[in-house]
Amino acid sequence: MPDSTARDILVLAAHPDLARSHATRTVLDALRASPAADRVELRDLYRLYPDFHVHVEAEQRALEAARLVVMLHPIYWYSMPALQKLWWDEVPRLGWAYGPGGTALHGKDFWLVASTGGGAEAYAPGGHNHHAIGEFLLPYQQSARTCGMSWLQPQILHAAHRATDEEIRAHAELFVKRLEHFPEWCDTAVERSVGDEEAVDFDERPALFSTLGGGAA
Amino acid sequence: MSHGNWLQLPLVFLAAAVLAVPLARWLRLGSILGYLVAGVLIGPAVLALIPESTAIPEVAELGVVLMLFLVGLELEPKRLWAMRRPIFGWGSVQLLGCAAVLTAVGIALGHPWRLSVVVSLGLAMSSTAVALAVLAERNLGRTTAGESILSVALLQDIAAIPVLALVPVLALSGASDDAEGRTWLAGAKAAGAIVVIIFGGRLALRPALRWIAHSKTPEIFTAAALLLVLGTAALMQLVGLSMALGAFLAGVLLAESEYRRELETDLEPFKGLLLGLFFIAVGMGLDLKAVAAQPLFVLSVLAALLICKILVLTGMSKAMKIPLVERPAFVILLAQGGEFGFVVFQLAQSEGMINAAQNSALVAAVALSLALTPLLLTGGDRIMSQKLARLGEKKKRNEAPPVPSPIIIAGSGRYGQVIARMLRANGLEATVLDHDSEAIESLRRFEWTVYYGDATRLDMLRTAGAETARILVIAIDDIAQSVELAELAREHFPQATVVARARNVQHYYQLREAGVDHIERETFDSALMSARSVLELTGMEPHAARRQAMRFRRHNLEVLEQMVPLQRDENALIAAARLGRQQFEQLMAAEREAEDAHRRAQRGGWDRHDVEQDS
Repeated sequence: MPDSTARDILVLAAHPDLARSHATRTVLDALRASPAADRVELRDLYRLYPDFHVHVEAEQRALEAARLVVMLHPIYWYSMPALQKLWWDEVPRLGWAYGPGGTALHGKDFWLVASTGGGAEAYAPGGHNHHAIGEFLLPYQQSARTCGMSWLQPQILHAAHRATDEEIRAHAELFVKRLEHFPEWCDTAVERSVGDEEAVDFDERPALFSTLGGGAA
Repeated sequence: MSHGNWLQLPLVFLAAAVLAVPLARWLRLGSILGYLVAGVLIGPAVLALIPESTAIPEVAELGVVLMLFLVGLELEPKRLWAMRRPIFGWGSVQLLGCAAVLTAVGIALGHPWRLSVVVSLGLAMSSTAVALAVLAERNLGRTTAGESILSVALLQDIAAIPVLALVPVLALSGASDDAEGRTWLAGAKAAGAIVVIIFGGRLALRPALRWIAHSKTPEIFTAAALLLVLGTAALMQLVGLSMALGAFLAGVLLAESEYRRELETDLEPFKGLLLGLFFIAVGMGLDLKAVAAQPLFVLSVLAALLICKILVLTGMSKAMKIPLVERPAFVILLAQGGEFGFVVFQLAQSEGMINAAQNSALVAAVALSLALTPLLLTGGDRIMSQKLARLGEKKKRNEAPPVPSPIIIAGSGRYGQVIARMLRANGLEATVLDHDSEAIESLRRFEWTVYYGDATRLDMLRTAGAETARILVIAIDDIAQSVELAELAREHFPQATVVARARNVQHYYQLREAGVDHIERETFDSALMSARSVLELTGMEPHAARRQAMRFRRHNLEVLEQMVPLQRDENALIAAARLGRQQFEQLMAAEREAEDAHRRAQRGGWDRHDVEQDS
């Protein structure tokens, strides 16, 4: 059951130049203005760590407090921006997030909300990226899994540079609505790996919203 | 003169000013009316506290001279050149227009035309002192009306010379050829004096001021500023030109110099007091007996003066497209008579055109118009505010967003320079304040906007724009001054965010207590960089050394912040510092330990274990 008073959602935003971002900024603005803001702990990584000195303890505390971990960023070179990758390198430590005794993240949900430069058609065997978006996201998926987190269907905005304001707004609204109604919309196809007792309940729930664009993941 | 008398004069003046001005301001009548009333009260007509034979009017005139010097300081030569058309064009329209209308009235009332012309020219003049003082009091200096008033006032100062030359010519007392000869000679002398001021100002003043600033004795700089203004005034008086005009020219020539703010700040109090004295003197000169003797004549002169000038000026303000809000100020401030009128009437009396009674009646009328000015302005404001209330809605919509406020950097040493250069590299301009004339000189060579002056002086900060600044950088190296400036900023310029340089930890705490949030210890980061070099030289990988330095920095700042509330208790502080250092070293050791363990575990191969679990 969602506890409406606690901040049970952690949003890790990573954009190296938010002032010039369109998609990511719109999404963040929509989040700040929505009722979902009350249950969200927003950590703007490039703002917190302009010198790339990630505060590991602070990040771990934030992770511990969350039930849903959201990563919000543009896809750079088929992957995440450098600081977000550094965050992965440093925060989920052995013996804390994975490996022997590493259970801090077990049972949490992991959700990627990203934007790509290429259009949906580019992410296909015949397109110029040659692979479906889901294949590029495998490292994300396996990282989440290694930490015992459940993989939620990513929400991807394709062709973000060409997207109309309307499309970006729709993307942002869907994102915010889902945060507000977490975990009601979580996919039935969610794969629960290690020790999640709550996983069972979700199977009976109908999906509240259809996924937008949806990768082929 | 007895000793008692010597002290009595300043006592009476200061007491009158101190009592009357706050009272007038409290009644919302403006300080000028306060000074005038104080003058009337201590003058011969009422309390007769001041003997008539004092040199007060002469001393008081220095207030006007200083004021015009300061006005000149605000006007760069380029701007003055751009104003040449309003000065000669609209200025002449005002002077000749008003004089023509007044002459017509005079002739219509059956006065001889020569007399009418002379008196009208006297009455057409406005009081530069009152007009500019009111502009300053109401902060109208930079408005359209303010500049128009200044233009007209400047022309009147220039025109004073030919007008005074004209009086004897018109006075029928003969010797007009002789007067003409004198006029030519005076003209040549005047031109010579202006050339001296312009070239002297260009070539000699700046190096002289720099040399004086080098002596690092603030009072000598003040003395030099006063000497400069008085010297210019004396030179002008010598050749028969308006002292105020000369001071104005000197001001314009220094408007682009780095000492502009400092000169302004130093001369401001003198100007204020002497100008006050000037208004008191005008009040004292108001001969109530003369008014009582021929009240109808005085009042009709006053009415004619005000009505004719208001009519002409209203027409002008429309033609000049002065904004509606500023029109009452323009019309009323120029509609009053001026102190220059006194001189014209005096001369006319000595030339036998008018008699003493007429003279004192005219002087009384002009003085009354001066006294009425603040009242008229208040009335004009009322009418305008009603009009504005109606137009207010429309205006709001048309208003442009406010201009982004500037950044002020106090201190142009090594620290401030890096900040300023970095800002400039990013397309941002900052106003730099410093009192080291050498540093300023080197910066000015790179075309920086640098002002010479003590950044801990409130008036100095105000002139540099601290009231609208968004960011104030305190980069000065004197700890006491730095803290003083931070406290001043918190108290007087709360809108500005302060970014400060701390010389050491104690200074850091003092700045924190003064409410500063953005503080950097000046040697801390460079020491960390050196520590990194040392670690690298001992064999640590550069990136690992960087990480250690960053970690050290973060912990250090955390401990520093924890100790801020303990500042008042020295013992607690020492204990906390010791504890903090211990904890910190333990923490760093524990982190190193944890990292090693992490690496050992990774080498130990946890993933085999994981694979087993998975399958």
